[in-house]
Order: sequence, then C-alpha cells, then structure tokens
Amino acid sequence: MSTAASEAQQRGPDGPGPEEPPNHVEPEVLEAEHGGWNWRKILIWTAIAVLGGVSWVMVALVRGETVNGIWFVFAAVCSYFIGYRFYSKFIENKLIRPDDRRATPAEYMADGKDYMPTDRRVLYGHHFAAIAGAGPLVGPVLAAQMGYLPGTIWIIVGVILAGAVQDYLVLFFSMRRGGRSLGQMAKDELGVVGGYAAIIATLVIMVIITAILALVVVNALGESPWGVFSVGMTIPIALFMGIYLRYIRPGKVMEVSVIGFVLLLAAIIAGGYVGYSDWGIEYLTLDRVTLAWCVIVYGFIAAILPVWLLLAPRDYLSTFMKIGTILLLAVGIVIVRPEISVPAFSEFASRDDGPVFTGSLFPFLFVTIACGALSGFHALIASGTTPKMVEKERQTRFIGYGGMCMESFVAIMALVAALTVDRGIYFAMNAGAGATGGTIEGAAAFVNSLGLTGVDVTPGQLDATAQGVGEHTIVSRTGGAPTLAVGMAGIMHSMLPGLDLMSFWYHFAIMFEALFILTAVDAGTRVARFMLQDTLGNFVPKFKDPSWRVGAWLTTAIMVAGWGSILLLGVTDPLGGINTFFPLFGIANQLLAAIALAVCLAIAAHRGAVRYLWVVILPLAFDVVVTVTGSWQKIFSPDPGIGYWANHFEAKEALASGAESFGTAQTPEAIQAVIRNTLVQGSLSILFVVLTIVVVLIAAYKAARSVAGRPGKDHEDPFVESRLYAPAGMIATPAERELERKWESYDAQTGRAPRSGH
Amino acid sequence: MRFASGVLGADKYERYLEYHRRSGCSGEPLSEREYWRELSAHQEANPQGRCC
Repeated sequence: MSTAASEAQQRGPDGPGPEEPPNHVEPEVLEAEHGGWNWRKILIWTAIAVLGGVSWVMVALVRGETVNGIWFVFAAVCSYFIGYRFYSKFIENKLIRPDDRRATPAEYMADGKDYMPTDRRVLYGHHFAAIAGAGPLVGPVLAAQMGYLPGTIWIIVGVILAGAVQDYLVLFFSMRRGGRSLGQMAKDELGVVGGYAAIIATLVIMVIITAILALVVVNALGESPWGVFSVGMTIPIALFMGIYLRYIRPGKVMEVSVIGFVLLLAAIIAGGYVGYSDWGIEYLTLDRVTLAWCVIVYGFIAAILPVWLLLAPRDYLSTFMKIGTILLLAVGIVIVRPEISVPAFSEFASRDDGPVFTGSLFPFLFVTIACGALSGFHALIASGTTPKMVEKERQTRFIGYGGMCMESFVAIMALVAALTVDRGIYFAMNAGAGATGGTIEGAAAFVNSLGLTGVDVTPGQLDATAQGVGEHTIVSRTGGAPTLAVGMAGIMHSMLPGLDLMSFWYHFAIMFEALFILTAVDAGTRVARFMLQDTLGNFVPKFKDPSWRVGAWLTTAIMVAGWGSILLLGVTDPLGGINTFFPLFGIANQLLAAIALAVCLAIAAHRGAVRYLWVVILPLAFDVVVTVTGSWQKIFSPDPGIGYWANHFEAKEALASGAESFGTAQTPEAIQAVIRNTLVQGSLSILFVVLTIVVVLIAAYKAARSVAGRPGKDHEDPFVESRLYAPAGMIATPAERELERKWESYDAQTGRAPRSGH
Repeated sequence: MRFASGVLGADKYERYLEYHRRSGCSGEPLSEREYWRELSAHQEANPQGRCC
C-alpha cells in the first residue's frame, strides 16, 4: 500500500481507519458477469437483433412507394447497440486491454482545471458536445442527392467499423500519454519527419475546415435579414453573458445559460418582425461577399478578445442549444414518423454529374459524409481535451466508442430530416446559382430538366415554401444547413401543428447551426494560432511566449487570412462554392482520420497485439483508398466537372481564346475566378494527399518494425496505482455497483471527499 | 439538472473545491470569483478545439 493510502487511513476518526477498497473489479468477475448469458439477456439481445434486422429489411430491401423514417432510427440504434456490445468489447479485450489499477491522468495530474476526474455519464455528454457540430448535420443532407440508402449504410456501418474505432483508440492512447495531442503523439511515435508532416497537415486541414464551415453559415444567411438579425444578436447576448459571469454573478453558469437561451429565443422571434420591416430589409439583406467579410472580421476579433468575454459564454449557449435541439429532433422524428418518398438509389447514384456535389458514389459519397461516419477532426478532441477528464481506463469504451455512435445517430436524424423535403425543392435549394439562375422560374426549369422520376416542381411551390419558412427565396441555398432547417421545421410543425410556427422553427434550426459553427470558427482559429505560434517558436523563440500580444495578433491574422481567403474564393465561386469546396472539406477531414489511424496503428503494433491489428488496418486501408482515389480524381480526372486541374486548364484555354463565358462562368472575370479557385483547390489537394501518404508510410514502417521485433521507445506514462474507483459503462454491473458502494462508505468514513463530477 | 451542469462545465468551481480538499493542501482555496478568473486565464493559454 502506498504511503498516501496509509496516511488516509491514519486520518480516520477513530485511530486506524478502514482498509482502502480495491481499485478495480477482478477481470474474472467482470468476465463472468459480462459473458454469462441468462434468459433475460438472451431475450433482450434477440429482440434488439430482430428489430434491427427487420428495420434494415424495411430500409434496404422493401421497395414501396414510401418508407417510414422511423425504420432508419431503429436500424441505426439497434446496429449501434450490437456494434457497441460486441465489436467494441472485442476491441477492448484484444487490442486496448485497459487496466483499472492504473490511475488516469485526471487522477495523477489533477490540477482543478483541465485535469479533473469526471463522472462518466457527464463526460459522455461533454465529449459528445465537443465532437458534434455542423459536420454530421451537413454532410448527410448533401449525400441525399444519391438516394437514402448509400448514405444510411455508410453512416451506420462506417461508424461501427471506422469512426468509433478511431475515436476510441485515440482517446485511450492519448489518455495513456497524459492527454497529449495528436500532433505530439505523432512526433513521439513517428519521429521528426512524420511528426512535422502530421502537424502541418493538421494545421492546413483546420484552415480548410474552418473556411468551409464559415461558408455554410454565409450561404445560410445570405439575403436573409431574419437570419442575419437573429444570428447577429448572438454576439451581444454572449457579451452580456460574459460580463454577467465575470462581474455580476461569477460562476453562475447554469443561470446565465438559461437567461441567454431565453434571449436567443427572443432574438429569433424579433427577427421575424425585423426581417419584414423596411429597415430590416434595407440594412440586413446582405449579399454573401459582405457577409463573408463580416465573418472574417468577427473571426479575427473573437479570437483575440479574452476567452471569458465571448468564447466561453458562446460555448455555453452552443452546448445548451446543441443538446436540446438534438433531443427535440429525435422526439420529433419518433412522434411524427415521417413518410419518405426519396428513392433508395436516385438517378445520381450511378452518375458523376450531380448538381449538389460532383463525382461518382465511390469515392465521393464517403468523403461527403465525413463527420457521422468517420471524422479525423475528432482525433483532436479525443486527444487533448477528453482524456484529461477520464476517471477510469475502462470508461474509454463508453465515452470514445459510445460517444461517436451518438454523433452517428445525429447524422442519421439529419439525413431523415433532409429526406422529408420534397425532392424538387431539395434540388432547387442545393443546385448552385449558376444552374438555377437564382430565380424560382429558373430553378423550376432546371430541376424539371434533370429528368428525375416523380419530380415536377413549379415556381409557385418554391415561392410558397420560401414564404412558409419566412424567407424571400430558397433557391440555391446551398450548404446543407437551409435544407436541414426546412426538413426540421417540417417535422417540428407536424409535431406541434397547433402552434403554426413553421418559420420560427426554420430560423431556430438556422440559429442552432450558425451558433456552433461560429464557435468552431473562433475556437478553431485559436487552436490553429497556437499551433502556428508553437511551430514558429522553434525558429523565433519569442513566438512561444503566449503573453506576447504582437505574436498572438500576428499569428491570428495569418490564420484568419488563411481561412478567410478560402471563404472568399468559395462565396465568389461561379461554380457554386459548396459544390466544389465541400469535397475538399470531406477529403481533408478523412485524411486527418488517416493520420490519426496511422498513429494508432504504430502504437498498437508497439503494444504487440499483432493478431488484432486488422481492427486498425481495416478502417485505415478503406480510408486511404477512399481519400487517395478521391484526391487522385480531383487532381488527375480529365473531366472538368470533377478534376480541379482539368477545369483549370480548360478555363485558361477558354480565356486565352477570348471566350466570354465558360460553363456557369458568364464573364471573363468569372472565368478568371475559376482559374484561380481551381489552382488553389488543386494545389491544396496535392499538399494534403502527399502529407498524408508520408505519415501513413512512416507509420506503416514503424508498425512493421515493431511486428518484426524491433520496437522503438515506449512513450506511455509510467504506471501509477489508482486510488479511486468508478464503473465503466452507462449502467454499472452488480459487482461494479458493490465496489462503488464500498468506496462511497470508505470515503465517508475517512473524510475523503466524495468522488467529484456529480 | 446536475448532469446538465456537469456537461456545461458549470460545476467546475465545486469540483475545484473538492480537488483542493483532497489534495491536502493547507492554503485557503481560491474564491469563486478568483477561480473563474484563473480558469479563463488558463483557457486563454491553452485553447481547446471545437469540432466541425
């Protein structure tokens, strides 16, 4: 027994206190509980399997006129349960092998700030709120172009075999390393070259991701005075909350969040009046270029303002809205059970010229839906933030794997919401302005010319939909967010028809997405700035000093200029912005996943579970094939609709020959924009894929060395005996509960504080 | 309610007090106002990402 433990005993009220309970349940006991199959358990799992199977049959095989949205929910949830119970357990036993006798960084590095042991259920919510953002909401909406089935299968199967595996492994490995970041782990495991390649790739990828998230917001708010007003009001609301928390009632976070939420709702309602008032229409109808500049200026100021003034309160609001709205949507789908008339495979599933995003199903569907199935960005949260709060090692399965299943569920709900939107309206909203001309007549003519079965949309219908949601137009509202908002508004309206709040719900949904995209923009800029400061600090040491304001401002300006310029390229893109930039976002995110999985492969090989390395290799190989094929096509495809360079050179030729228009680019200036944008996109594609291949190859080499019996240095933190206990899963098993009780009474008897985090 | 405030991070000060008590440190813990100030200064120097 450690000296600290015996001291605790001596502190007992009457002489030597009780003996400290064990810090883990014996593996044999757990195994007996977990592996022992009684009738009740068999019955429950049979029911889950049968319900899941029936739902999959309804979704995938039965071809009626319509399919009910509830089957998607059942198919997803039952699959997650089975994947979690069996596959993640297998990974835990064979590859991860957690050890509850080891103290986690939250215990041995506790600092009362980042490192704090946190109740597993609270941490599950915290982790989920940190990983889930606009990504899982937007990608599935765009992927609905190909019909519902490809997206559904990828979201559900992808998360079980790839996304959740990545999150789980990164979380566990980072936890074993004191909560080190992905970049630091890459440097440790892969050496200087691999480490720097990973850090540069992460930095550039963050810039791209921030830019495209900002593009989604700009597209949703363009020409929408209501949206501009209500989203704009979030800034003064957050500032008020920040000042309230700092000077008026410090620490009353829950109280101020509720106040902020009420103000937010008031801003949405007020937006309805402002949006129709003369001054609202005159001053708040902003075009996308102006809005893009607003977001850029906002991003810079927000990133240099003190955290407490804007970022922290905004983060509270965004977490509040995120969890609340997602629950609301889940309830809505279950109650309304919407009928879906979109085909399983649409006409575009077998083509590569879809108006929403170009490229064939393989590989582009798998990059369009990144978050929700496999998201590299999560590796940045699963390393660094969450591992510093985990109480016990065995909880990483519930938090890492289980947390990602929840995000996948959000993606499924977003897909269902998008599928409830009439297909004609869906395409009118998601085709670029170059195709629709931006008018209801042009959009109707364009959509009807696509020759889709059962689609016959009239200008009147498009106008009525816009009126219904309180917008002046919904034509070419690309980016996914407005489509999701229309779908969500429809579901909410069907759930509460008496309230007649269609336009409120639409703007509620837009607000909800804009809120956490802007938080992500702000936080992303700060993180990227720090990474840049750190990297520059290797050459000019002064940059490493975080209190050096000039350095902080300069690096912030560089990062904002980075994503801001891509954002401006996106808004002015004659080809429609989202249409050409979104694949870049997906590829970037998936390449980051490849880097994360490659680092995990090297670590797993080092730990010696050679027979089970396929668990990592399977998603890594699939991801590399998808992203490299996608990048390859974006770089080398001779089809200008897909290949950035093919488009680049054709546009150049067109300009040289004196042509006045080129595809959807109607002026020589627009042609020049095409030339410039494709140059940037093409160069970024090359940079990403090269960096990723370097990282993956180095990781494969390191892994092979370990397998061959020549492992490098071990970077795990040394073993520290744990002196607390908490169960692993959502529900404690009898043995876990019993040990937890022993600790509770031990803590009470010895005067030790009860475990924190409740 | 407790769950929600945990997810939001609203209970950080209470947990800091527990941490302080357990650490066996003899000094007085920070006041609520001081703690939140120090936390935001700490966050300033250690930014955390939010996901897409």
